[in-house]
Amino acid sequence: MTYAIEAEGLVKRFKETEALAGVDLGARQGSVLGLLGPNGAGKTTAVRIFATLLQPDAGRAQVAGHDVVRDAGIVRALVGLTGQYAAVDENLTGTENLLLIGRLLGLPRGEAKARARELLERFQLTDAAGRATKTYSGGMRRRLDLAASLVGRPSILFLDEPTTGLDPHSRGELWDLLRGLVADGATALLTTQYLNEADVLADDIVVIDKGRVIAEGTPDQLKSQVGGQVLQVRPLIAEELGRVHALVAQAAGAQTQIEGETVTAPVKDPELMPAVVRTLDREGIAVGELALRRSSLDEVFLALTGHRAEPEGEPEDDGGEPVREDTELERAVN
Amino acid sequence: MTATTLTAPLTKSGRVRPLAGLQQTFTMAWRSLVAVKHNPLELVDYSITPIMFVFLFTYVLGGQMAGSPEAYLRYALPGIIVQNTLFMTMYTAMALNTDLTKGVFDRLRSLPIARSAPLIGRITADLAKHLWALLLMIGLGLLLGFRVTGGFDGFLLGTLLVIVFAAAVSWSAVLIGMLAGDAEKVQAFAFTLIFPITFTSSAFVRVETMPGWLQAWSDVNPVTHLSDAFRGLLIGGPVAEPVLWSLVWAAGIALVFYPLAMRAYRAKT
Repeated sequence: MTYAIEAEGLVKRFKETEALAGVDLGARQGSVLGLLGPNGAGKTTAVRIFATLLQPDAGRAQVAGHDVVRDAGIVRALVGLTGQYAAVDENLTGTENLLLIGRLLGLPRGEAKARARELLERFQLTDAAGRATKTYSGGMRRRLDLAASLVGRPSILFLDEPTTGLDPHSRGELWDLLRGLVADGATALLTTQYLNEADVLADDIVVIDKGRVIAEGTPDQLKSQVGGQVLQVRPLIAEELGRVHALVAQAAGAQTQIEGETVTAPVKDPELMPAVVRTLDREGIAVGELALRRSSLDEVFLALTGHRAEPEGEPEDDGGEPVREDTELERAVN
Repeated sequence: MTATTLTAPLTKSGRVRPLAGLQQTFTMAWRSLVAVKHNPLELVDYSITPIMFVFLFTYVLGGQMAGSPEAYLRYALPGIIVQNTLFMTMYTAMALNTDLTKGVFDRLRSLPIARSAPLIGRITADLAKHLWALLLMIGLGLLLGFRVTGGFDGFLLGTLLVIVFAAAVSWSAVLIGMLAGDAEKVQAFAFTLIFPITFTSSAFVRVETMPGWLQAWSDVNPVTHLSDAFRGLLIGGPVAEPVLWSLVWAAGIALVFYPLAMRAYRAKT
């Protein structure tokens, strides 16, 4: 199989911390690979190596068959990078930011202008094109940042937590844009802490934790690989939630949880559901809802890493990486 | 692959062609200059502050220092310009630091461009801003009674000397910009360093009026040499020695800070 993005035994250390401890991954041409992991898992380090911003200490990384260390220049001409931080110049307008990238890539002035106009329109920034980007909202900045990474029509995209810190509406907008890009045939590596984001956008998922790959497969495979199904019980009377939790935990074990007004438990034994029904009936608890559903990626993640993904986490800091100001929230608010 | 159209500025092996690198440097310089349009604060840094310095030194200090504002202006204007130039090099440090902390350098480095282009482009643009401030201050000086009696050649050579010196000092600014945690720290550092150095020179007062121990330092202070050289070139007078020492200092500063700055730049970007 030919991979557009491929890593073998990738290792990167920052002083004492091992950000990547031998990562293998591959993204098929024209597909989206979701790189999923909690803060500090090594996602950003991996992306920075692929984008030629860092050199690996061991192992190999290739983009479209080019080694990212030996052929860094060629790789840079092929990839587009959208970082966690919207790396646009705040004192330039949207148009000027894109013009800057176009000119740096060697486009003649007229062509660079046309390309900027085209991208601004596609990303619904035409109205704000003449404004300095410091006046943009968080979502607008992210869109401009994504547009900036597309000026050179890259065939391979690295999207490092592109929606971290965005409100749900802006996130949805960005998802639509990303889907459009992939439909045009781009290959993308997407890092995210949002499991539903990986679920919605990725063809394949690699889960990493503490610099190691701990699971991989399609979203469906991952969901069925771990836990399979989940039992949901919602008592009719909310006050009985604690009692229901205790009863279900007796039958299903320690992974039983309360989510909102519902008790959930992974189903490992097909006998669980009838057993729970009998118990609830015996105890005289009225049930508002009782259902079996496939486990969500959230639960898969919990089962794999032993901890929850942090949906509103801080931008990832991979140990020795340059520490930056945390302006994400502030930007999202603006 | 559509991306092949993009490899234009690269050779087959993925290296940036020299001419393309030069064009990228100019593009980066354009970026630094066009940003002024949207950031009026920069106009303050490069225009209002210099104008304010000239007015304050002339009309507040002039009477006591030299008997009349005009007389003092004739002595101090070159020194005011030198001091302002040195302060302004720290804007280079702050701008680079901002690019570093905001992730702009990440984006630039992920592009197939010459690695030095963002750095040299910034310095080039900032030297243009130095030139602007210098001309602004001389223009204002002329309105207030300063006279360039050293001739047009003297003016050109003096201006060139100050810009060359600023270019050398810029490498120390690059180093500070790369190492500082944030832009505020750059500013604090600049003030504690540049203030004493510029005030213990012949920029604003004659060195002979200082206590002996201070004269010993002032006599070797690069700001003394540069101020004397610039003053001599503008109003006429012996310049060979201060010009020579200014160039020696510029070369020394560049020799020390260029390699350190480049190493820090490569490590951080």
